[in-house]
Amino acid sequence: MSFISARRTGRRVSRRFTGRDLAVLGVLLGIPVLLDIAIVWGPTLASVVLSFTSWDGIGDIKWVGTQNYENLFTNYPQFWPAARHNLLWLAFLGLVAAPFGLLLAVLIDRGVRFSRFYQSTLYMPVVLSLAVVGFIAQLIFSRDQGALNAVIGDTKSPTDWLGDPNLNIWMVLLAAAWRHTGYVMILYLAGLKAVDPSLKEAAAIDGAGEAQTFFRIVFPTLRPVNVIVGVITVIESLRAFDIVYAVNHGRNGLELLSVLVTDNIIGEASRIGFGSAIAVVLLAVSLGFVVTYLVQELRGEKNR
Amino acid sequence: MTVHIAPARPTAPPASPAPAVRRRIRPGRIGVHAFLMAVSLAFLAPLLLAVYASLRPYDETSAHGYFSLPRHLSLDYYRQAFSDSGMTKYFVNTMIIAVPGVFVTLFLASFVAFALARLKMRGGLVLLMLFTAGNLLPQQVIVTPLYVVFNRIPLPYWMSDSMTMFDSYWAVITVQIGFQLGFCVFVLANFMRTLPQEILEAAIVDGAGVWTRYWRITLPLCRPALAALGTLQFTWMYNDFLWALVFISDGDKLPITSALNNLRGQFFTDYNLLAAGSVIVALPTLVVFLLLQRHFIAGLTLGSSKG
Repeated sequence: MSFISARRTGRRVSRRFTGRDLAVLGVLLGIPVLLDIAIVWGPTLASVVLSFTSWDGIGDIKWVGTQNYENLFTNYPQFWPAARHNLLWLAFLGLVAAPFGLLLAVLIDRGVRFSRFYQSTLYMPVVLSLAVVGFIAQLIFSRDQGALNAVIGDTKSPTDWLGDPNLNIWMVLLAAAWRHTGYVMILYLAGLKAVDPSLKEAAAIDGAGEAQTFFRIVFPTLRPVNVIVGVITVIESLRAFDIVYAVNHGRNGLELLSVLVTDNIIGEASRIGFGSAIAVVLLAVSLGFVVTYLVQELRGEKNR
Repeated sequence: MTVHIAPARPTAPPASPAPAVRRRIRPGRIGVHAFLMAVSLAFLAPLLLAVYASLRPYDETSAHGYFSLPRHLSLDYYRQAFSDSGMTKYFVNTMIIAVPGVFVTLFLASFVAFALARLKMRGGLVLLMLFTAGNLLPQQVIVTPLYVVFNRIPLPYWMSDSMTMFDSYWAVITVQIGFQLGFCVFVLANFMRTLPQEILEAAIVDGAGVWTRYWRITLPLCRPALAALGTLQFTWMYNDFLWALVFISDGDKLPITSALNNLRGQFFTDYNLLAAGSVIVALPTLVVFLLLQRHFIAGLTLGSSKG
């Protein structure tokens, strides 16, 4: 029924646009579309083009082919550590923080008392900016003034949690996970609330245990949330910037691709072309995930 | 799409028999509580530590450690942060950027969503994908070309004392709107799909134009979604760090989150002052969160739980 009537309305609507309607549509649809192209898609395309040039932002734009990429992969010592850190970020948020968020959501969703307190506390960090999270991380992990060394009584040869290039990435990941866990938990809580309780009851009647019910019945119905959590985790890992920049400007063990991009434009040497090449690497990785996600969305849209 | 936001299950009346059975103390339940309590405390600890440190002179912390009892508590660091580093000015900067940013984004996005979800236009899906995908790109992908372009867009002096788009509020506001449009369009379009189409059809019969259908009929129904998104967008724009860092070079124009970076540079050795600065910056979003918790969570889950 809805299909036929929707089609018919659709046609009726389009015939009923007056001149004024078209003007309103043109302006109010045109501005956002142009803005989206000017701010998001245009620059994305420009990044790709500029990545094949050796431009410093002022002089002539000189075409250098794939030279930036060759330099990037073979001759830029920060690149591979940064790429590794981004991957580690993804693995840590995806394999530690996200499952932990799911666990918390499941526990809270069972209707324990004080659940409101738990919820509020656990997602409080989500409202903090990542930069503030970075600063708070310094209060805790700093070598001489940090709380962690005070707690473990490490005063003779204090550990430099944020200064030691082998350690600091893990500390920063903990800080990032502090925020990500709460975010994931909210999403799963909303998803769990939407699960039809009769499904669980039916499973209980059939004699399924709690774990069995969760993994066989509940978890599969959470699929849309899983997809969202996956997308958010990937995007956050690729975007990661604020925390490391707040801690030490992303140097000395905290290199990330995003930091390298920023360094190449606002640093002393304005290497627009080279910075763009790094951005394109980020773009390529993220587009892979974005397209997968959109294809899935599109499919859902058609079944709607 | 269904949105279920129940912040807490209503505490069942004690008289009803079912909860009485459930409330029987089982070891498993105690374990769950112990676990949740421990995690909650661990999550709160960094914030509490920051607040505590910000209230004590650093000499005391360094002499007796973070976890000693305070001998002297004061708001000195807050006063210092406000007077010496001009926090007020940075707050104003944030408002200059975030308030128009939120309103314009919501307005433009709601119209796009309306056109996509309610007018059933051809090519609507492509448009929706254009916006949604744009919001998912890492910011660093677009930052370089925008930096170059903003440097080349001249603005009259009354709009920007740098005479270019670069190093002006306009740059940050424009980017915020352009970038956040995608998310808002996605969320609002999903929300509008759940509204009954019949009201709109009745309005068409009555001869309502596109604008009336949007402004008078659809928008009022979207109030909960707009409130949720507005809250969320405000926190995001408030929390922005990168845009201002790249597009504003004059330290006096920085919004508060990015300005914190300068505070650290100024008082590098005094971590308690940094703690005070962090608390000051975090406080508005925490207050918004505590007051508008329901909206905030609704905003986060609005775009994600589709059923």
